Amino acid sequence: MAKTHVTMKVNGTEVEGLVEPRTLLVHFIRENLSLTGTHIGCETTHCGACTVDIDGMSVKSCTMFAVQAQGSDITTIEGVANADGSLSALQEGFRMMHGLQCGFCTPGMILRAQRLLKENPSPSEEEIRMGISGNICRCTGYQNIVKAIQYAAAKINGVEFREAAE
Amino acid sequence: MNDMTPTREQREAKLEGMGCKRKRVEDIRFTQGKGNYVDDLKLPGMLHGDFVRSPHSHARVKKIDDTEALKVPGVLAVITAETLKTVNLAWMPTLAGDVQMVLADGKVLFQNQEVAFVVATDRYAADDGINKVVVEYEPLPVVIDPFKAMDKDAPVLREDLAGKTTGAHGPRKHHNHIFEWTVGDKDLTDAAFRKAEVTIKEMISYHRTHPSPLETCQCVCSFDKIKGELSIWGTFQAPHVIRTVVALIAKIPEHKIHVISPDIGGGFGNKVGAYPGYICVAVASIVTGKPVKWVEDRIENLTATSFARDYHMTTEIASTKEGKVTGLRVHVLADHGAFDACADPSKWPAGFFNIVTGSYDFPTAHLSVDGIYTNKAPGGVAYRCSFRVTEAAYCIERAMDILAQKLGMDPAELRLKNFIKAEQFPYHSALGWEYDSGDYHTAMRKMMETVDYAGLRKEQAALRAAFKRGETREIMGLGVSFFTEIVGAGPSKNCDILGIAMFDSCEIRLHPTGAGIARVGSKSQGQGHETTWAQIIATEIGIPADDIMVEEGNTDTAPYGLGTYGSRSTPVAGAAIAMAARKIKAKAQMIAAYKLEVHEDDLEWDIDGFRVKGLPEKTMSMKDICWAAYNSVPPGMEPGLEAVSYYDPPNMTYPFGAYICVMNIDVDTGVYKVRRFYALDDCGTRINPMIIEGQVHGGLTEAFAIAMGQEIRYDADGNVVTGSFMDFFMPTAVETPHWETDFTVTPSPHHPIGAKGVGESPNVGGVPAFSNAVNDAFSFLGSTHIQMPHDYWRNWKAAKDLGVFA
Repeated sequence: MAKTHVTMKVNGTEVEGLVEPRTLLVHFIRENLSLTGTHIGCETTHCGACTVDIDGMSVKSCTMFAVQAQGSDITTIEGVANADGSLSALQEGFRMMHGLQCGFCTPGMILRAQRLLKENPSPSEEEIRMGISGNICRCTGYQNIVKAIQYAAAKINGVEFREAAE
Repeated sequence: MNDMTPTREQREAKLEGMGCKRKRVEDIRFTQGKGNYVDDLKLPGMLHGDFVRSPHSHARVKKIDDTEALKVPGVLAVITAETLKTVNLAWMPTLAGDVQMVLADGKVLFQNQEVAFVVATDRYAADDGINKVVVEYEPLPVVIDPFKAMDKDAPVLREDLAGKTTGAHGPRKHHNHIFEWTVGDKDLTDAAFRKAEVTIKEMISYHRTHPSPLETCQCVCSFDKIKGELSIWGTFQAPHVIRTVVALIAKIPEHKIHVISPDIGGGFGNKVGAYPGYICVAVASIVTGKPVKWVEDRIENLTATSFARDYHMTTEIASTKEGKVTGLRVHVLADHGAFDACADPSKWPAGFFNIVTGSYDFPTAHLSVDGIYTNKAPGGVAYRCSFRVTEAAYCIERAMDILAQKLGMDPAELRLKNFIKAEQFPYHSALGWEYDSGDYHTAMRKMMETVDYAGLRKEQAALRAAFKRGETREIMGLGVSFFTEIVGAGPSKNCDILGIAMFDSCEIRLHPTGAGIARVGSKSQGQGHETTWAQIIATEIGIPADDIMVEEGNTDTAPYGLGTYGSRSTPVAGAAIAMAARKIKAKAQMIAAYKLEVHEDDLEWDIDGFRVKGLPEKTMSMKDICWAAYNSVPPGMEPGLEAVSYYDPPNMTYPFGAYICVMNIDVDTGVYKVRRFYALDDCGTRINPMIIEGQVHGGLTEAFAIAMGQEIRYDADGNVVTGSFMDFFMPTAVETPHWETDFTVTPSPHHPIGAKGVGESPNVGGVPAFSNAVNDAFSFLGSTHIQMPHDYWRNWKAAKDLGVFA
């Protein structure tokens, strides 16, 4: 099948590649760019394991063609850490609050949460739950993911994090 | 002592040993997208394989034509049963003593069964190839309803078993029958029922569902023709078992097979068994001489690899009119699908379902299970439970509520009246188990006090009165569940897989500078073993957990273990870890005695080293002992500091818990709201409370999914109608309730550190709590038992059937 040349910015770096028109963005990211932190869980846009940030929006990369991402600015989990290599507030929050177990949903969940906190820096629990409802986790039951996002929001906002009593 | 000397508390804290909410080691890589899952693996020249699958649930395969497929650019081979027959691999043995087609051999027996395997240069080309394989089918009549499978005129499903009147577990009484398994004293139980003042009987179904971890089943095989070695990377919960199975069926010497389970994206029982994909990818690599990858998609995962449950349990309890139970009789019709591929210990065709007497002191009980074939996918795995324990817990917990209703007693009171008492442990159950320890009354009362059970009942009574007066359309249910699990398979006297005893193992090697590595036969799929195993070692031998690297999943380096499922890791591998650590400690004591110039008996352990009794300033830390082990051991002693332990548990462990779900349901819409869910777990000694709580949250969420909607459903023609995340209920953060957790601690008397296992308790106890809540809500309207799953539509239907809209 004839290939198309694509260019885009991924985690701040200009990248390019030759892809079939049908190549899914998630396969381009994982296989052409070897950024395997973006996962595939359902291929039908339900589970969110493949969530990346494209031009300021959370996008499930398993149901978008690589050619549709031509010229766009993409962030994957590999581009989330602080510039000095330390964990971002969200990455730290997920670890501190035990917001992950098998780790498979975690990259998509963190990418989604990062966008959520940009749109709403101090979300309520209900807003967090609605905000991540496109991302499925099979291990944690979400309670600690909510706490992880609250932890990160507090850290980003420079306020003390207080865990809600059970 | 100067100010710089750490206090005892500081020394303890530095270890991050048992009881510490240690943050997870794994999270550093997982939060940065640096996990290493099977699909992340990329080998030079790697090919991709994918399946042609059957659209029919029962059909004869007349012809497979791969001519056009082989013309597709990138397609290298199409493997069929005929190809596999040349290497004697068209069929494979299952863990349950049956055989299973790897690729359709003459017929297909369930929808999406594997028919041919297309090997191509990439996954897109493989898919193109699949679309060009032409298969000619002749549809056959299907068996979908398990209750009709043993009708006289039922279609014959397994023609390969023609004339075989005996299977792996005894006589077969029909061509679609697999086994009958009976336990208990039939005569005594029948007598108890004849004499009973009160009896109940109900057919309680636990529907077919699926573990569906977020990462599907996947495998990469690479065969090195020069060395004759096969390397296999896969999503295996039990990598050593896979190595042995491959050695036995592929006739490759076991030392030339390298099985590696890298990071696994959740398992929940789905990744215990051996699937056709594994065999095909291995054969493809041998045939092409190149590495080959197989990655299941979600629809394939839900429809072809390992369903769970599908147990139809006719349950009877005999009781006095005061509510003292006198007998239990259960018959199970077990729908195993097209092949018996249950992943149970070999001698247990219905797993440990004979834990069905639960937490109650039944003087006698009798159980029989009939396993049958239908035109559905094979499996029958332990989806976040020890083998068939969640079915058993659901059965007895639902039945106890039904009995309470008949007696007009409160369900909690009935349970308290029949619990095995603390002083009865070790307790011998009527169906043959020896419960190790428990204190059920304390746990139950703590639950009732914490949630104000009496107050909730009052509120429910008031709401029911208001409903009857027509003032509200809401009803309220309290779902009580008190479960006893049986985990930690298991003792060699009764547990094996393909003849291999179900021990587990650990090898600890300490380095000169006081750091070390522990290799363990278990395999984490998210449970956090790299974190918790080091905590056990830290407490046992005083080396900080941060200084112990834990490694699992590589069969070349890890000692032989039976893997992680059925909550067996802590009861079995956890014990092996403690025992290996104790061997190290014993040698360390000899080294310390030599260096301190005292007799061994004059030493005592103190947090992170030994000290001389009566001379607290005369000490030697474990760190210093490590160094000494490599340069100045006592005369005659071998240098080094390492140990291996293979632990054969003397008994199972029996975690338990008291759960309650408070739920309101709107009868006009069927919409429910979980107002409160409280889970008290007793898993014995607690290694890492943070991880335990996380496990409970996750298990409860899976229980919530199963009870309230998650189902693999077939239509009458055998089509799967819930084969994607569009139709198969996967709770998101919005639907998932808030969880409250609590605990009591009743250590296991026979486990080296007293731990029992917890990962599966919340699923085992959670499902009956949800279902009992729904049933309790509707009970005052005249219903006895409403089958799961309790989705909105079924709740509305239940209300309609009870005449609420009349």
